[in-house]
Amino acid sequence: MLEEILGIAFIFVITVLLAIPLGKYIAKVYSGQSTWLDFMSPLEKIIYKICRINPKKEMTWQEHLTALLTINLIWFLWMMVVLMNQGWLPLNPDGNPSMSADLAFNTAISFLVNCNLQHYSGETGVTYLSQLGGLMFMQFVTAATGMAAGAIVFKAMKEHQTTQLGNFYDYFLKSCTRILLPISLVSAIILVFNGTPMNWEGKAAITTLQGDSVQVSRGPAAAMIAIKQAGTNGGGYFGVNSSHPLENPNYLTNIVENILIILIPIAFVFALGFYLNRKKLAWMIFGVMTLGFLLLLSTSVYFEMQGNPALTKMGIHQSLGSMEGKEIRFGAAASALWGITTTTTSNGSVNAMHDSMTPLSGAMQMIDMMINALYGGVGVGFLNFYVFIIIAVFISGLMVGRTPEFLGKKIEAKEMKIATLVALLHTFLILCFTALASYVFTKDTSVGWLNNPSFHGFSEMLYEYTSSSANNGSGFEGLADNNPFWNITCGIVLILSRYLPIIGPVAIAGILANKKYIPESEGTLKTDTTTFGFMVFAVIFIIAALSFFPALALGPLAEFFTL
Amino acid sequence: MKTHLVSALWMTLATFVLLVVIYPLLVWGFAQFAPEKGRGETVSVNGKIVGFAKVGQKFSEDKYFWSRPSAVEYNAAGSGGSNKAPSNPEYLAQVQARIDTFLVHNPTVAQSEIPSELVTASGSGLDPHLSLQAANIQIARIAKVRNLPEAKIKALVDAHAEPPLWGLFGPTKINTLALNIALDKL
Repeated sequence: MLEEILGIAFIFVITVLLAIPLGKYIAKVYSGQSTWLDFMSPLEKIIYKICRINPKKEMTWQEHLTALLTINLIWFLWMMVVLMNQGWLPLNPDGNPSMSADLAFNTAISFLVNCNLQHYSGETGVTYLSQLGGLMFMQFVTAATGMAAGAIVFKAMKEHQTTQLGNFYDYFLKSCTRILLPISLVSAIILVFNGTPMNWEGKAAITTLQGDSVQVSRGPAAAMIAIKQAGTNGGGYFGVNSSHPLENPNYLTNIVENILIILIPIAFVFALGFYLNRKKLAWMIFGVMTLGFLLLLSTSVYFEMQGNPALTKMGIHQSLGSMEGKEIRFGAAASALWGITTTTTSNGSVNAMHDSMTPLSGAMQMIDMMINALYGGVGVGFLNFYVFIIIAVFISGLMVGRTPEFLGKKIEAKEMKIATLVALLHTFLILCFTALASYVFTKDTSVGWLNNPSFHGFSEMLYEYTSSSANNGSGFEGLADNNPFWNITCGIVLILSRYLPIIGPVAIAGILANKKYIPESEGTLKTDTTTFGFMVFAVIFIIAALSFFPALALGPLAEFFTL
Repeated sequence: MKTHLVSALWMTLATFVLLVVIYPLLVWGFAQFAPEKGRGETVSVNGKIVGFAKVGQKFSEDKYFWSRPSAVEYNAAGSGGSNKAPSNPEYLAQVQARIDTFLVHNPTVAQSEIPSELVTASGSGLDPHLSLQAANIQIARIAKVRNLPEAKIKALVDAHAEPPLWGLFGPTKINTLALNIALDKL
């Protein structure tokens, strides 16, 4: 009991302690200062030469977005080709088939947008070529895309008046070579030495001690698992993700993987402070995020450790908490922590089945994704938070009768319109598509999507679109989602909810960067104070949490009160 | 646009070589120094491989410590949890049936002693572990079937209990396969 609580406290404290120096390092990488990984620079120079890119050539925000979207389009086409032809391509020892068009579309999009929603199962749905050359490749490059977008906004916030915001390919490549690759390599080695497979062989057939014939799936898992966690991707190698005993073999690997989930997202907040030389601002943002995070976490941990009330009524012993869908080696507390960290970032990997967790844990996970800005995905999490800051600055400016300014730039109608649209898009997508799915389901229940009846069935659909729109990728996996309806609707939600929330904040930052700089004066609204922190928290709570309250009441809250 | 397209194509190729070819080969290289060269640690009895050390297997015979229920019957060709909701009536009936089965096979155990992990399915369907409580309440049955003193089996269970990481973090657990192999050797 005590050891379980100590375990999760340890994970969080170590993460923050690592995130501060990592943030400092990330700030140095994006501002082009020298770091101890400078031995990578000959390699980067060769790559720039091959690509005929001049990394010193700065871009406007429009050029950045063109470069970003162009390279994403190429990746999409590559993914479709690999997934639809994997059956006859090499590195397929288990003879897994090629994907159907709608499943390939969903998978390609889902990995392209750093979501990693998986409507297939790793052991049977993909080949080793797809795992590495398709999915793992996307896990690196899409994480780097998000981080590059974050770096563009950093640069825009720093400059007094400019249209030149650095080079996209430079931010992108350095995110890969200087941040993601080294972290993944170290983590993958830790995993390999703790029993995670890294080989090219197919399934092993064995006869168990009791005499049953079973097979055991293997493959090049360790390389993918490391970047899956570090890049807030979450797409697992095996079907059940990090609850699989080979994907996450023991408590130590669980600590390492869980730290990786939130490490770069938290480090990005500190990176902002170092980059702008405004450490108080970074601590304000970190404080707001952590307050929200801890509220959600404590609720989830409490209810998971209490256990399922329906089982308590049966008169059995529930001292380990709610264990359906959980592994003994992690326990209820570590699974609850993972559930909240994975939804607070846009990671979406799991070490327990969220569908079987107690109702309020499910609610906390959904609220986490509905807010989608507490820590958030690598790079993009900060972009979402940036939108909330803009809105909070505007509202508080009006409240106290001052011109809304943020970092010396006046916020006007145009930026507010973009920010509001981005903030409301998320709500719109989740609620409209859940309504659509509910309508289709009630018209014809024979589609058989739901694994659970009643309120929880509704939660399964709500969770799926929330996870899609938050680019998270976890699921209430009881939902039968590998069919054209879910593959296509989720695919649409994924595209809109990835690119618009990147385009919006980059555009706002670009427009603001080009405005005249107004030096801070007595009349300036201070944005690095606790008061402003509470203001941002209130804005997040009102926009993100309250607009979803009716939907939550129909799903997890109703289940909680009737259990 | 056209210049972006060319740069993007080459950038894709270059990062592909670095991240999809070089990086996995590096990890694979390190794996050659790991237990069983990264192929997954196996366990043998009398020279015959009976399982993977980290992957759970099904034990349902009375002479062995039962493993937890599994949604995929411990066939690690795949993996999966039940994904049943805590409120699902069909699921609650299933748990009740598992409790009843357990009580039939373990008549000396009281219902209030049965830990929930022994009647609920794990997340992966391949959970290799049991909790202490889940092992302890099976001792009486096994002692009777195997005609061994309970104290001897209890000592075996205690010897197989793996403490929390560094004595501080996480739950205490028992590897079911290792325990059952040791049981066969008694």
